[in-house]
Amino acid sequence: MADLHKLAQMLQELDDQMVACMKCGMCQAVCPVFAESLNEADVTRGKIALLENLAKEMIADAKGVQEKLNKCLLCGSCAANCPSGVKIMDIFLKARIIVNTYMGLSPVKKVILKGMLTRPALFNSLVSVAARFQGVFSTPVNEIIGSSCSQWLSPVIGDRHFLGLAKEPLHSAVPSLDSAPGASGLKVAFFPGCVVDKMFPRVGHAVLKVMAHHGVGVYLPAGQSCCGIPALSSGDRDSYEKLVAANARLFAKGRFDALVTPCATCTATIKELWPKFVDGFDATTKAQVLAMSEKAMDVNQFLVDKVGVTAVDKPTGGTRVTVHDPCHLAKSLGVRKQPRTLLGANRDYELVEMAEADRCCGCGGSFNLAHYEVSRSIGRRKRDNIVASKADVVATGCPACMMQISDMLSQAGDRIAVRHPVEIYAETID
Amino acid sequence: MPSNALIKEFQAIVGKENVLESEADRHSYSYDSAVLDPVVPDLAVRPTTSEELGKVVRLCNENGLPVTPRGSGTNLSGGTIPSKGGIVLLTNALNKIVEINEEDLYAVVQPGVITAKFAAEVAKRGLFYPPDPGSQAVSTLGGNVAENAGGLRGLKYGVTKDYVMGVDFFDVNGELVKSGSRTVKCVTGLNLSALQVASEGTMGVFNEIILKLVPPPAANKAMMALFDNVDKASATVAAIIAAKIVPCTLELLDNVTINLVEDFTKAGLPRDAQAILLIEVDGHPGQVAEEAEKVVAICKKTGATEVKAAKDEAERNKLWEARRAALPALARAKPTTVLEDATVPRSKIPAMIKAINAIAKKYDLTIGTFGHAGDGNLHPTIMCDKRDKNEFHRVEQAVDEIFDVALSFKGTLSGEHGIGLAKAKWLEKETSAATIAYAKALKKAIDPKGILNPGKIIGG
Repeated sequence: MADLHKLAQMLQELDDQMVACMKCGMCQAVCPVFAESLNEADVTRGKIALLENLAKEMIADAKGVQEKLNKCLLCGSCAANCPSGVKIMDIFLKARIIVNTYMGLSPVKKVILKGMLTRPALFNSLVSVAARFQGVFSTPVNEIIGSSCSQWLSPVIGDRHFLGLAKEPLHSAVPSLDSAPGASGLKVAFFPGCVVDKMFPRVGHAVLKVMAHHGVGVYLPAGQSCCGIPALSSGDRDSYEKLVAANARLFAKGRFDALVTPCATCTATIKELWPKFVDGFDATTKAQVLAMSEKAMDVNQFLVDKVGVTAVDKPTGGTRVTVHDPCHLAKSLGVRKQPRTLLGANRDYELVEMAEADRCCGCGGSFNLAHYEVSRSIGRRKRDNIVASKADVVATGCPACMMQISDMLSQAGDRIAVRHPVEIYAETID
Repeated sequence: MPSNALIKEFQAIVGKENVLESEADRHSYSYDSAVLDPVVPDLAVRPTTSEELGKVVRLCNENGLPVTPRGSGTNLSGGTIPSKGGIVLLTNALNKIVEINEEDLYAVVQPGVITAKFAAEVAKRGLFYPPDPGSQAVSTLGGNVAENAGGLRGLKYGVTKDYVMGVDFFDVNGELVKSGSRTVKCVTGLNLSALQVASEGTMGVFNEIILKLVPPPAANKAMMALFDNVDKASATVAAIIAAKIVPCTLELLDNVTINLVEDFTKAGLPRDAQAILLIEVDGHPGQVAEEAEKVVAICKKTGATEVKAAKDEAERNKLWEARRAALPALARAKPTTVLEDATVPRSKIPAMIKAINAIAKKYDLTIGTFGHAGDGNLHPTIMCDKRDKNEFHRVEQAVDEIFDVALSFKGTLSGEHGIGLAKAKWLEKETSAATIAYAKALKKAIDPKGILNPGKIIGG
């Protein structure tokens, strides 16, 4: 058993940040996990109280606190709604590093994070083997969404309706690129992120098509690693630093105006979390990490704010599209308008807003693995809102949200396509 | 600690998933929004039906186990801190709106319904539930009734008690007691509903509440007036009422608050203004136009340096932004925010603000004051760091003195936050020894084992 006194001492470094929480409870109004369980320990105020009590050695059950701490989507809804401006994400991520390092990672997470994620080449080849065999074990269920289910794998994945791994991941189709700026005079580094690379390469291709169309040069180096959020949110700082340093070294070789990603989570991680967790790097790496972070930008935002894409005047409509605002895009980065502008640039679509467009879909990365039932009930509410909007298509700028929403819609038998706004915009380009 | 056998009995009533017994779970029900020390309960139990609720209360009484009912735990007086241990009785799964009656203008709700959700449901039907406590996005109606919660509309529309037509509650034996009715008039029996309002869970456990609804105002108009001294602002409040105008909202922000709001929002508030009054009138459009005009004239006459009236909804929102930013701005200034609700007759507002500022100086503290000037309900808000023992001791002394002054002005200890644990020791000072004795005798008769939220209001 861990030495509680030592753990408590380490947590005390968070005291200055935690004391700002005045326990008003306003986080209850927006927390998707609390809305399902109604348990105070599942909402931010409760988690902070538990961490404070652990730091003061008032609580002996560190494992219990660890479980509560990890039961959070890190969606940031509470931080966006906090009257006291408590730096909740900082507290939770730092606390997870302290508590999870001390208590140890679960064996599954150890294998995934330390054994696989930090070895991109191995990760890629394991995924390509899996992609080849997946058809044997799964049955397609919804051709509009492109989802499958699997009896064979149900002990591992439950009754999820999953999107198959792409036959050809983006890194195989386009191993690398380094094109000069064209008409726009701009050049971007392209960071597709793991999920786009392996599951939605079509989104990556759409990005490349759009950049080419607008005369934007692209730097796409081979051998990209994960942005690090699965490791950081699991409290595995060691793996996190390996991934970030590898990316920083790789991208430092290119010259570009912005680092563009089609993944809300990757953008938020690179832009907001990378600068906060740089203490462990040497000076060179630190400078590279910060430079990359400063240039990071969501692809919707880049196309609207930098390239100048605008909505068309008189859309003809025909296809109803609704927007789900990913937490990392809307609440962390404040990008809400740009995906809608991008959709408005395709005259064949008509934007219809759903209720609670910025309410979390319940994916939360590994939260979906550890707490699938909660994740699913949060997702059902999202599904109900999508269906109520009577949309034909739901567009969202985060591939993790795309996975979750696809699962929810597919399980309910809805015939609603799940797309990235960039894909819909790319349709306007011949 | 309850025995395993007793825990099993609770589980048999509400199901295993609704008996929270782990250390981490229990610790998360040891506090509320009050700046007080936490106390960890033995268990937290969450009934999901009326039947379960009654059985849980009965089981607690049979075992002499204290019961602390808890909705969202947003109260600011320690009313939901389980000061004597026992169980925290969670009401948040009892969250059904049983009925909204549009013909007879009432609603029936379970205690765990969230206030803002209820108000929104009522509004969807073209009706209005006016009580709007600051915590309405999360607070429960049961908690609002138990604390007699107020809000920004108190001046014209009254507070929660003015909307309670009836409360059905469980007595300590788990028997259902019915009080009040669905009719506007009702004089059947003792007024037990009134006994439940502001009882903070010490007199019974709510099962269902009947709430009055009203038609919404057809129009509204918001105004902001700036003053170079607080006396003039207070004189304006009195002059508006004297002109027989009752605004729905009449809020005041003092200089400390104005400056912190300006730091936080950069909205362009004048930093040298000593007070801002935010005024909104509502009702029939003709009446609103006439009253708004009169209010502007009164403000000018009583010495406002500037008066702005909102022309449309966007401008109205902009005016209210300063008020909405008050608490966040004060809360961000220092780690700990002690939000009080000393309330005085409104003619005493200038004297009260003067006294608060003197107390701040005497104890070397920063106190921002804002609040409901129209009904005399002020929120002196002390910004401090509870970890600094010396400073926090001065805060406690300052709070004591603020109450002293409020009482000397024939005011009250609490306008809307309740007595709970925080102010129990003061109750006799506002009332009398006989009042406490009467309340204790009443409590003893209906709760002989003293299990219903012990330690609150009357101490013990």
